[in-house]
Amino acid sequence: MTAEKLLTRNFDRADSHTLRAYLETGGYTAWQKAQTLEPAAITEEVKQSNLRGLGGAGFPTGTKWSFVPKNHTGPVYLVINADEGEPGTFKDRYLLERDPHALIEGMLIAARAIRSPTGFVYIRGEYVEPWRRFSAAVGEAYDAGYLGRGFDVVVHRGAGAYICGEETGLISSLEGKKGWPKLKPPFPAIKGAFGAPTIVNNVETIAHVPHIINRGAAWFASLGTKTQGGTRMYSVSGRVTRPGVYEASVAITLRRIIEDLGGGVTGNGRLKAVVPGGSSAAILRADEIDVTADVDGLRNAGTMAGSAGVIVMDETVSIPEALMVVARFYAHESCGQCTPCRESTGWIYKMVRRIVEGRGQKDDLDTILDVARRGAGTTICAFYDGAVGPYISYIEKFRAEFEALIPK
Amino acid sequence: MSASTVAFSDAQLAEVRRLQALYPDARAALLPVLHMAQETFGHISLEAEEYVAGLFDVTPAHVHEVVTFYTLFFRQPKGRHVVAVCHNLSCHLAGAPEIIAHVMRRLGIGVGATTDDGRVTLQAVECLCACEHAPMMQVDDRYEFGLTPEKVDQILEGLR
Ligand SMILES: Cc1cc2nc3c(=O)[nH]c(=O)nc-3n(C[C@H](O)[C@H](O)[C@H](O)COP(=O)(O)O)c2cc1C
Ligand code: SF4
Ligand code: FES
Repeated sequence: MTAEKLLTRNFDRADSHTLRAYLETGGYTAWQKAQTLEPAAITEEVKQSNLRGLGGAGFPTGTKWSFVPKNHTGPVYLVINADEGEPGTFKDRYLLERDPHALIEGMLIAARAIRSPTGFVYIRGEYVEPWRRFSAAVGEAYDAGYLGRGFDVVVHRGAGAYICGEETGLISSLEGKKGWPKLKPPFPAIKGAFGAPTIVNNVETIAHVPHIINRGAAWFASLGTKTQGGTRMYSVSGRVTRPGVYEASVAITLRRIIEDLGGGVTGNGRLKAVVPGGSSAAILRADEIDVTADVDGLRNAGTMAGSAGVIVMDETVSIPEALMVVARFYAHESCGQCTPCRESTGWIYKMVRRIVEGRGQKDDLDTILDVARRGAGTTICAFYDGAVGPYISYIEKFRAEFEALIPK
Repeated sequence: MSASTVAFSDAQLAEVRRLQALYPDARAALLPVLHMAQETFGHISLEAEEYVAGLFDVTPAHVHEVVTFYTLFFRQPKGRHVVAVCHNLSCHLAGAPEIIAHVMRRLGIGVGATTDDGRVTLQAVECLCACEHAPMMQVDDRYEFGLTPEKVDQILEGLR
């Protein structure tokens, strides 16, 4: 089951990014087929496949597409989130560099489903090589006539800001503003980029679509769990023997990702903790890894699948120090719009740093937990909840380690 | 830099118009045009902000707000090369603090500073999403992977 490779099947080919390689391995046949299908039938197929968004939130993709108002007369936009920035995640970089045509073909099919004339691909500014590779593929797709006949693709570069990965922040940024998120509703599917209904999807989500069209929803659904179909790309890093990107069924367990795919903990050390879905996911202890790494499996385990960035920590790792690094990130990246997020992220970082530096005070841990809990769920976007998850879980699960650093 | 040097060539102005026409609202081309401005002028001065505002239907204040929001835009002259070492979690676990300390010693500057000869600006940055190759850094447009002090020395020596 986990052996099936869809998204990464061509990664070993040196020319995997070229149109020729893509065509040789069945590329653009799904697009041919999709052109014979009604838009609503495409959306229905994606719904039945149980494809869930792979950018972070895990929302059912076909359902999202069906939110675009049916009687809308103006344009509808497709926006691809290639702002990959979640610490511990590096899968979209591989797709942009090694199989850009899979994204383009997926975009053509998605655009037909939502009746969109234009797709925007928002690539993080630091990804210069992925941007060049993807842009070259877009050029090939225009020359070959896949693009430019009813559907255009605009490649857009970001300029360094994690918050532009949040879909409404991304839309603000795409419109030429600072990347401030907006309160939802209205959701982008109703009122998004340039005021038009907009579907925002992650690179990997859309790269799956050609496979669903070619081989059918039932087949795709059967690859995963009851509530999530298919495979996904796990980014494995930290203290493991073989860090890298691995495609596996979403029904794989966290233990198998670490032990079989990542080759286990570095130097035969012992596992201490793992962050399963990018740094915004709550941390798990070594005895909590026998769970399936799908959206609902990890939600039931009190954390999240997020972007599937699996960060492994062995016994040599100081959890308070790890939290300090994570807290510094959130303090740096808060957009500053909401008071709880702006104030707490900076303040909690300073508290954790002070504990790590041996200057903590007796009540510090409870104060951090209290501040973190009170702000949760009160902000404009999910960024702050993504910070609260680590604050609370690192401290609750490894409290003794923090306490040992606080002078008596 | 004198006022007259903050101006695009005719070819660049044509490129600005091409970019603006790609979007339903021309203002969406602001980020791409700011990238062009930085490549052309080295950094984005207040003067450059005003110049770019003039190419769009926006105020200089709007451009300023945008420029200050994003980490890849420099408002002060930067070195000929930018060395940005990742200090996020996976790189931290793989020794990023030692790598940063090593680069600081070699260049004789702190994080955020530029060498006196204008050769290198050093930054510590958040996850560049190449954590499988930790510790890593970005040098101008390139990602450099699996850093060791020796590898860092080699890379720094190559920067002129
Ligand atoms: C703070 C924050 C950062 C995010 N960063 C990303 C990102 O880098 N890439 C991404 O695809 N989604 C990111 N998301 C999720 C997006 O808001 C959105 O849910 C996603 O792009 C939708 O696509 P999907 O349904 O295909 O996953 C982020 C969300 C938040 C709250
Ligand atoms: S939660 Fe934080 S990042 Fe999100 S809008 Fe509010 S201040 Fe900005
Ligand atoms: S933590 Fe350094 S690249 Fe991700």
